[in-house]
Amino acid sequence: MKARIKFSKTGSMRFIGHLDVMRYFQKAMRRAGVKASYSQGFSPHQLMSFTSPLGIGLSSDAEYLDITLEEGDAPQAMADRINAVLNDEIRVKGFTYIKDNAKPSMAALAACDYLIALKSGKNNKFADKEFTRKQIAGFLLQDKIEVLKKTKKLEKLIDIRPNIYYMADSLNDYRKCISKELAEDESFCIDKECTGILYCGLAAGSVLNIKPGLVMEELCKYSGIEYNEFDYQMHRLEMYAEADGKLIPMSVYDVV
Amino acid sequence: MRKLALSDEILLSVDKPARYIGGETNMAIKDPADVDIRFCMCFPDVYEIGMSHLGIQIIYDMLNLRDDIYCERVYSPWTDLDRILRRENIPLFALESQQPVKDFDFLGITLQYEMCYTNILQVLDLSGITLIAADRKEGEPFVIGGGPCAYNPEPIADFFDMFYIGEGETVYYELMDKYKEWKASGQDRASFLKMAAKLPGIYVPQFYQPVYNNDGTLADFKPLVPEAPAKVIKQVECDLSETYYPRKPLVPYIKVTQDRVVLEIQRGCIRGCRFCQAGMLYRPIRPRGLSFLKKRAKEMLESTGHEEITLSSLSSSDYKELKELVYWLIDEFKDKGINISLPSLRIDEFALDVMSKVQDVRKSSLTFAPEAGTQRLRNVINKGLTEDDILNGAMEAFNGGWNRVKLYFMLGLPGETYNDIEGIAILSDKIARQYYTIPKEERNGRVNIVTSTSIFVPKPFTPFQWAAMDTKEQARQKRDFLLSKVREQLNARSIKYNCHDADVSELEGVFARGDRRLGNVIRQAYENGCIYDAWTEYFRPDVWNMAFKDNNLDMEFYLRRERAEDELFPWDFIDIGVTKEFLLEEYHNSKAEIVTPNCRSQCQGCGAAKFQCGVCIEKR
Repeated sequence: MKARIKFSKTGSMRFIGHLDVMRYFQKAMRRAGVKASYSQGFSPHQLMSFTSPLGIGLSSDAEYLDITLEEGDAPQAMADRINAVLNDEIRVKGFTYIKDNAKPSMAALAACDYLIALKSGKNNKFADKEFTRKQIAGFLLQDKIEVLKKTKKLEKLIDIRPNIYYMADSLNDYRKCISKELAEDESFCIDKECTGILYCGLAAGSVLNIKPGLVMEELCKYSGIEYNEFDYQMHRLEMYAEADGKLIPMSVYDVV
Repeated sequence: MRKLALSDEILLSVDKPARYIGGETNMAIKDPADVDIRFCMCFPDVYEIGMSHLGIQIIYDMLNLRDDIYCERVYSPWTDLDRILRRENIPLFALESQQPVKDFDFLGITLQYEMCYTNILQVLDLSGITLIAADRKEGEPFVIGGGPCAYNPEPIADFFDMFYIGEGETVYYELMDKYKEWKASGQDRASFLKMAAKLPGIYVPQFYQPVYNNDGTLADFKPLVPEAPAKVIKQVECDLSETYYPRKPLVPYIKVTQDRVVLEIQRGCIRGCRFCQAGMLYRPIRPRGLSFLKKRAKEMLESTGHEEITLSSLSSSDYKELKELVYWLIDEFKDKGINISLPSLRIDEFALDVMSKVQDVRKSSLTFAPEAGTQRLRNVINKGLTEDDILNGAMEAFNGGWNRVKLYFMLGLPGETYNDIEGIAILSDKIARQYYTIPKEERNGRVNIVTSTSIFVPKPFTPFQWAAMDTKEQARQKRDFLLSKVREQLNARSIKYNCHDADVSELEGVFARGDRRLGNVIRQAYENGCIYDAWTEYFRPDVWNMAFKDNNLDMEFYLRRERAEDELFPWDFIDIGVTKEFLLEEYHNSKAEIVTPNCRSQCQGCGAAKFQCGVCIEKR
């Protein structure tokens, strides 16, 4: 049987890289006594895959991993068991069984939502709601947002405008952009001392992956503000797969 | 949310920020305000190496069992963070509370190898602790050293308030109790040092005065206060089945050198190899009980989630119940996806059976450590491994499908001739020839032999503590000679030869048998930028040479002399049980090429029996 685990990653865990988070979960599964399936051979490993690596420094409400299990309990019981062996800064937020023939979430990934916030002690014009609202509106009205993409061999200009699906300066506006319900008092596990600036939905996946830092850098350019990557906390809010032209949160995609 | 000592900017600009955030699985969490004693345990090397060390895990666990103590950890910041801490004036902090080390009661530093000495100064300096112990002020932590290099602490004696000579399990609680007593009394720093000096195994260097002869050798070494004993006796944990051993070891986030459960099956060794310091320091051999080991193995695998367990000891094959333990581990854990790794195993039928069960034969290799190339020289060093053992073991393995062999040797052993060096090439070749006696159609491709040499460094408390060490030039010549001999062999193309750097070995040799005068050299080298000397890319021989010159000390004095039999050594004030008489007799035996039987086959009266435990009281 296959399951999909949604988890948050905050605080000091922002500094643990993707591969180490994978190792962390593999060891956690053993501590929790979760019977994962293993690959064959002399050095067997758990059949586990992550939907999308989160860059070092970013925090998240919605990381996903798919895992194959030999046996499993009710979803809530499984989530509780795993949470009992995790630290306070990596928490299981959801556990769902997915179809045996489910497409790997890594391959299904189409978009990610991010919240971009000013870190505690950092200040600039984006702290002003009215300013930010105007800048976002103007930014999105541009025909093209061209960025220089460097690969090993060449540099080329690409237009990222089509890959920015939406941007919003408030939770209410963000709520209108997305295809899922958010509670009236929805709160995210981003560091409480950060000041939220904007919400955005960006293309993600193996073909084209737009990083929130890149969008923020372009917005800064547009707004005439010097971009300093350390000023902002990038926080992932959700991951989506695409079906029939609609974005579907990974937590309900291909579930049993 | 845990508050971190370093800002996001710093953490995001250094390599592997996980080295500095703590918070690992099974980390001890306490409120520093709730305890009487804050103890910071330090391994003066990078996190990945320090976290792999079993000794710290044992003491960390043991100290944290007490509610009145909070034991935390610190490692050497890597060079990138080192620069930032200096530039921004950020004090070095412990991983658990992320609070400055200088606010602790104790800083305990484990001394695993000589080449970490400048890193000790780095840790003290970055913490803001006065480098010279005698100059430390009230309120600064007491700096205590322990581990193998504490058995000749003199080169770093200036920097330590005290050393603990012995195994951590025995005296630390008592030392902590004395500390609380002292703290409550409101007396000065020196009074605590005097209280500590009276405890067994505690050495307080500032209470001793070395006196030198004109030729630089030690004339006298005397205690200055009545509290300091003339001889400091090594402390031994007699019953290793009824003692502290972690049930929940720390599990780092990043991959470290030893990323697995470590089960120490016994301490000490019966073999008596004459070059081996551990073999003498940890006498007598003390096995842990089988049921204790089984219980701990299970607990540690469950509490860590590690996918591998390794058995640790100086010579696993000498653990009497090894078969039972290993087959139990395989039965219990193999189908749960847990790997079992078995270092330091004598290659025999049992070893090959186990290896074929736990490893991929095509990918794994056999390891032999003949240490010397000829039987004559192996007799000199008392390495009881014969050519037949090696060739028969290899042959059995080849028949079982293995085709990779690793061989470890030393260059520069006392009494070595060029004939012995050539013997390394010949032995490597003989193993290859052995392989090719298998009919071609039954072979598993070509044989692959990796022959490595390290440079012999004479160590205190070994029969070779009197011996001279090779010069760099001699070492280079020997290496080149061996390389040319390897190339002459019939199967030269199947043999790969690796060798060790001679510069670092010389410095290691100086510190291993050095005296207190070297403190100034180490300090000067540190102040001129030396840290991470064990890392070839950071080792700066020019700075070291200058430091020796400026302090009027000559490396030759420490390295090249064969010491007189009656010379007083800087470490002679330490009593490890094994006597100087026994070591000298063994030195004579080595010159006469006489093999000494191991402890279990015949007691040699080395002196370790005074501890009344382990093999010394086994029924024969």
